[in-house]
Amino acid sequence: MTPLGRPAVRLLGVTKTYGAVPAVDAVDLDVLDGELVTVIGPSGCGKSTVLRLIAGLERPDTGAIVLAGHEVAGPAGFVPPERRRVGLVFQDHALFPHLTVARNVAFGLDRLERGRRDARVREVLGLVRLGDLAGRYPHELSGGEQQRVALARALAPEPTVVLLDEPFSSLDETLRAQVRAELVGVLRETGTTAVLVTHDQTEALSVGDRVVVMRAGRVEQTGTPQEVFERPASRFVASFMGDADFLPAHVHPERGGALLTCEIGIVSTLPGWGGTDADVEVVLRPHEVALTAGADHATAGAGVVTDVEYHGAFVLHTVRLTSGRTLRSWQPHAVRHPVGAPVTASVVPGLTPTLLRGDRAVTSPADVAGPADGDAAPRGRSTLRS
Amino acid sequence: MTELATTTPSRAVRRVPGRGRTPWSVAVVVVALLVAAPVLAVLVDVTRGSAPAWPRDLDRMVVTTLLLMLGVGVGTLVVGAGLAWLVTAYRFVGRDTMVWLLVLPLAMPAYILGFVFLSTFDEAGPVQGAVRAVLGDGAGLSVRSLPGCVVVMSLTLYPYVYLLARAAFVEQGPRTRDAARTLGAGRARTFFRVLLPLARPSLAAGLALVMMEVLTDFATVQYFGVRTVSVGVYSVWRGTYDFGSAVQLASLVLLFALAVLAGERMMRGRARFTQPGRGAPSDAVTLAGWRGGLALAACLLTLAAGFFVPVGRLAGWGVQRFASDGTASIDARFGEYLVNSVVVASLAAVVCCSLAVLIGHAVKLGGGRVVRGFAGLTTFGYAVPGAVVGIGTLLFFAAVDDLVEALGVPGGTGLLVTGSVAGILYAYAVRFLGPAYQAVDASFAKVSPSMTQSALALGAPPRRVLTRVHLPLVRPGIAVALVLVAVDAVKELPVVLLLRPFGFTTVSVWVYQLAAENFWSLAALPALLIVLLALVPVVLLFRQVRAVDEGARRGS
Repeated sequence: MTPLGRPAVRLLGVTKTYGAVPAVDAVDLDVLDGELVTVIGPSGCGKSTVLRLIAGLERPDTGAIVLAGHEVAGPAGFVPPERRRVGLVFQDHALFPHLTVARNVAFGLDRLERGRRDARVREVLGLVRLGDLAGRYPHELSGGEQQRVALARALAPEPTVVLLDEPFSSLDETLRAQVRAELVGVLRETGTTAVLVTHDQTEALSVGDRVVVMRAGRVEQTGTPQEVFERPASRFVASFMGDADFLPAHVHPERGGALLTCEIGIVSTLPGWGGTDADVEVVLRPHEVALTAGADHATAGAGVVTDVEYHGAFVLHTVRLTSGRTLRSWQPHAVRHPVGAPVTASVVPGLTPTLLRGDRAVTSPADVAGPADGDAAPRGRSTLRS
Repeated sequence: MTELATTTPSRAVRRVPGRGRTPWSVAVVVVALLVAAPVLAVLVDVTRGSAPAWPRDLDRMVVTTLLLMLGVGVGTLVVGAGLAWLVTAYRFVGRDTMVWLLVLPLAMPAYILGFVFLSTFDEAGPVQGAVRAVLGDGAGLSVRSLPGCVVVMSLTLYPYVYLLARAAFVEQGPRTRDAARTLGAGRARTFFRVLLPLARPSLAAGLALVMMEVLTDFATVQYFGVRTVSVGVYSVWRGTYDFGSAVQLASLVLLFALAVLAGERMMRGRARFTQPGRGAPSDAVTLAGWRGGLALAACLLTLAAGFFVPVGRLAGWGVQRFASDGTASIDARFGEYLVNSVVVASLAAVVCCSLAVLIGHAVKLGGGRVVRGFAGLTTFGYAVPGAVVGIGTLLFFAAVDDLVEALGVPGGTGLLVTGSVAGILYAYAVRFLGPAYQAVDASFAKVSPSMTQSALALGAPPRRVLTRVHLPLVRPGIAVALVLVAVDAVKELPVVLLLRPFGFTTVSVWVYQLAAENFWSLAALPALLIVLLALVPVVLLFRQVRAVDEGARRGS
């Protein structure tokens, strides 16, 4: 095992092309020992290919992959999956239907002598609390139990890393949260290094120590769930990881700093931006937008409610501002502004805003010094739910 | 949506099998090349061959072949598509049984039905005898002719068209039909203007199968004195051992086969019309009284002519001889020939299944389009006429012989000489790998790529994945493949006739020889045995047809 803190999995400039389309394009990634990393992105972004490359099911065109300090793919050669010591957990569980639970789990332990093999099978089945189902066949188990067996089978040979490819999408909604909690619990309990691919934003944020957001074969951002959600590195990440609206905004030089304003008024002060005067865009998430009834067209943030979606605890209001741009706002369920009602939108206090210049986030005055790269025109509502 | 959605590539690359393993992928390529070798050998030899020594009656051979194909094509189309329509669009007493029973004549090889037909209807047979008894000695009508041959072949081959036409009619579902009816088309107009054209691709596929069988046959046709090009290959090779001429003729047969395939493509056109939404013909008309009886009679008549009456006659001869001669009626050589058949069939089955499993395993390991392409190539031998496979095998063996001799082994492999059991086995493998692979592949399809990949990731090398995961999971497919190939191999006649060494006789060859010399009653027992064996895969087919039919009736 690798010492703590060293990467258990390391991808260095890995590219994999199918035909003319790069499925994975110059991806760098480190997964530290004992870490649980989630990889998320829209369909076809290459997230599953990353997993297949780590497992050895695909051979990278360029770049290198290092597992536990050993190069398994790269200039030095290619190690096939059966000699990589990786665990794989698939969405369809992929249990061997002709083998019992115990023999499924024992499949990867054929190099152990019988006594130790049986002990290890009992041990991992105990971990996933399925010890009493050892003699069953896969078709006699529920979906959640099958997924736990799949994890036990992957864990049994003590792999360097366990790779999970959308492991919960085949389970129905009610079961998913429970099975997810159990599986993540086992991964944490055993200190297993794991990479989990998902297309579910909530899952990626709630499960991962770190989140890797991918798009069109490239890594768009890597960071803790908080970083990815609160300080998205790009317009794509901002809109993919949760709902977001974008408004043109302006940085005004102020005494002792700078002030950020947009159509709905003052967003926040920008300490450290003293003396900057620049056009940017501000990312506003629905929970960051406040609404008050009534509107005066002379004041900032005046608008009309165009849509109301009732979500139970919260109500999502869509507001069209005077400029024609729309904004969304979460309101507590007791607050209802009917469609057509005039409202005034404002930014909730205490916000640390994410600013965009072009499609990239800007964090310091230096980033906005030059002309904007790319198209800085506001795009309005830009959401992508996969 | 914004540009974000449009820049996202499609998800086509997902769930692909892995990247294949060189040794297994190479094995698939080698198998494919071996299967293609006879055809390639014929092609190569023809292109560099000297001036062709065509037989004098070549033009008549070609015309005869065309007429036979045309006749059998029309015959199977009328009988097969007609019966398929009858059991799909109408309900009548016995219809649910007829749906699957109509496949039965597949168990009757044409070379068996052929001699029973002759014994019954020829001048010396009971039918003409009875006619003469009534009308007095007139001119006898010879049925040893092209029309007689067309009747026999149509009766044994119509199930191909029937099966595919019926699948097409069922698949089109009631919706197309309902749409046509609501647009004011009558029942007949709906059938001829909408359903039949829609079923065209399926009919084309069925007819192509029939044509290939017609081209392959050179035994049945000889009873009827019909000299097709395939007969030409056989008689030139077995009669004069003139290799050059035989190859020339074989290439002509190949040309016919290519024409059939091209014809199928053309008939199918760009059309891929299968309308989803199967279901019972909601407007299936119940035929009551005499009309129902007529429909049932049409089915029964076909079955009687194609199966029950000939089987009855064979059984009658068998019993008759047994009654007169006792156990002595069973020829002593029967045992020897039976052993020959069983040994060759078993070996062929094992070889074909092993190769099929090897290919399926390699495809599961991945390797992309190349491996899948070569895997597909291994199945095309089924569509190559027996004469071409036979002559091609001889050519290929000769080439190998030359090579071995050139390498310094005197006498080469000694395999060629004048045919060998190895040659028969090789030709069988070429011809029967297709059905074997299809059966095994159907089982492999149930093994998800993730299962193979899980096994690999758990540290099992490909060989262990084969023995511990793939083999146990595809056992049902292997069982089906073994049965299919073994039965096909016992039934098979042209390839054995062409390639058998002197003195090597199988049951099918024996039946043919006895029948060719009009020893019909002697041929009865071995012929019955072949029909009985051939029933096994047909019964498997029954279950499939019945399941589809029940599914269709339950649906919608």
